[in-house]
Amino acid sequence: MSERTSRIGGAFDKARVDGRALLVGCMPAGFPTVEGSIAAMKAMVDAGVDVIEVEIPYSDPVMDGPVIQRASDIALAGGVRTRDTLRIVEAVAATGAPVVTMTYWNPIERYGVDAFARDLAAAGGTGLITPDLIPEEAGDWLAASDAHGLDRTFLVAPSSTDERLAMTAGHCRGFVYATAIMGVTGARSQTSQAAPVLVSRVREITDLPVGVGLGVGTGEQAATVAGYADAVIVGSALIRCLLDTPDDAEALTALRDLSTELAEGVRHGLPRGAGGRPG
Amino acid sequence: MSADATNADVPAQLPDAAGHYGPFGGRFVPEALVAALDELASAHRAAMADESFLAEFAGLSRDYAGTPSLLYEARRFSERAGARVLLKREDLNHTGAHKVRNVLGQALLTRRMGKRRVIAETGAGQHGVAAATAAALFDLECVVYMGQVDTERQALNVARMRMLGATVVPVTTGSRTLKDAMNEAMRDWVANVDETHYLIGTAAGPHPFPALVRDFVRGIGDEARTQCLDQIGALPDAVTACVGGGSNALGIFHAFTGDPQVRLYGFEAGGDGVGTGRHAASITGGSTGVLHGTRTFVLQDADGQTQESHSISAGLDYPGVGPEHAWLHDTGRATYQPVTDDEAMSAFELLCRTEGIIPAIESAHALAGTLAVAPKLAAELGRQPTILVNLSGRGDKDVHTAGEYFGILDKERP
Repeated sequence: MSERTSRIGGAFDKARVDGRALLVGCMPAGFPTVEGSIAAMKAMVDAGVDVIEVEIPYSDPVMDGPVIQRASDIALAGGVRTRDTLRIVEAVAATGAPVVTMTYWNPIERYGVDAFARDLAAAGGTGLITPDLIPEEAGDWLAASDAHGLDRTFLVAPSSTDERLAMTAGHCRGFVYATAIMGVTGARSQTSQAAPVLVSRVREITDLPVGVGLGVGTGEQAATVAGYADAVIVGSALIRCLLDTPDDAEALTALRDLSTELAEGVRHGLPRGAGGRPG
Repeated sequence: MSADATNADVPAQLPDAAGHYGPFGGRFVPEALVAALDELASAHRAAMADESFLAEFAGLSRDYAGTPSLLYEARRFSERAGARVLLKREDLNHTGAHKVRNVLGQALLTRRMGKRRVIAETGAGQHGVAAATAAALFDLECVVYMGQVDTERQALNVARMRMLGATVVPVTTGSRTLKDAMNEAMRDWVANVDETHYLIGTAAGPHPFPALVRDFVRGIGDEARTQCLDQIGALPDAVTACVGGGSNALGIFHAFTGDPQVRLYGFEAGGDGVGTGRHAASITGGSTGVLHGTRTFVLQDADGQTQESHSISAGLDYPGVGPEHAWLHDTGRATYQPVTDDEAMSAFELLCRTEGIIPAIESAHALAGTLAVAPKLAAELGRQPTILVNLSGRGDKDVHTAGEYFGILDKERP
């Protein structure tokens, strides 16, 4: 684990002082268009989303369910490029909200791992969430993220052994991403039973903040997850606001409304401490 | 027998413990799958060292699948090729291709791991049919993911899988073809990994899949090497095979990798020609990248987005290739060349007319490549070369495609 300061750490520190979890909202870059995705992400920030997760659209997103797949396909069909993602990161980071990028690995290898790290840092991004990169294969990214001072978030899963949890968390900087369920992204009617168990297992081996993603779609679910996690990560439910509503203005209204609901959720979670992070 | 005869027992030196073949291979997967891949790797290792497992696999391969498959000297085809051509008749196996070897091995492993459900991806449906066959034999639940475009093109194979008791799920995402079926199978696996084995159809995907598939299909080359020594008293000058994901090619190459005098040729699907961009030649027309959990050669654009592949042969229509082939290419041990649709269909017709054997269109790529390299080999060696060809499958499934290609189907009545 590197002692280097995390770019996103300050946001977690502040939320901890406020006694609440962060709300992370995910949107694919270039969905529905480059400008449209910037507008959507800014609307999310205005409505109380703390951190924006910009997903680089990829042709073969094996960790994603149908909503993100469709949104990614629309973005790619619109011709979005990896360098557009960097422009989007820069525009959204200008609002002052931390912007983390989530990406499958091949687009980064193709861009050049060090070049991407350099350009992401220059654009004001905090780091990468890498759903199909495990630390064992991440040599180039470990070096590039150190060289350019970026955070790196690897995933942990309910199926991870204790040894792997320790190894994976040891390579994270910023926060650890706990996948709440064994499955792909997409809102679900019930929050996971496995997630609180996984989060407490992670807390036994690291002091890093833990974000929980997969399956959260309502303010109530956000409140539940905020009761034990440091960040609540929401993607598909937010994206669906734009997929389901053909009218742009209406879609942004729906997106703002859901963001507000989720933001209230993370502020009204169970009292911090009971099963959550001390302090 | 010469000392050479024991060469087939040389243990595999690659991959390394983490599944790497030089810079290729490895695991590029969601963390949620790592535990299952570790379990599979350990089950695979234990099974390969377990005499009773190997005996059961050998017994099933013999009594159920019909192996060892014949080695047949194709004399009339040889005359046209200008080479002594030996055909490894994998087309005569149960279910019509080499793929039965892989599914039997993986079904045995599934049972060994105590899992009750298998999932599979399929393009044209051949691997899906093979997986459904093994699932029926082993009383396993079987779900096959197939691109919607392919379920429509290959309705008969969909029916075959259903007859065998499998559930066929049409995949409607992305390009709705094989690569998307693979994505969907991976998603199913992430969600159901406790009770499910992903019965992958080729020597690709994350470690340990490329190694375990190779181990289950390497019998092709082991048998052929022995048969060559027994039947013609010598090793061939060259071994040829078609390469999509690459399981049949690895299966026949593996026994010969330690024989430096034996040239290895893999023929990729060149579609309309590699220069046209409409092809499936990942090695000759692609670049290094990560796809479906492994680092290998991939058809991709400047941003690393996977590009659609094109081939008349559904079984070769895949934008990646197994990582061991990437390594064999990189080290120069094997040579990879593209074969166009037209060249493949011309060789298809030649085998039909000279030998009375209708090959799979996939295997016709190996035949066409053999016709192309034979004169060069003859010039190099100063004599007629002997070439061992993996006739990996039979053409029954391709009758409609070939019939349309040659324009020999009667017009439908109004």
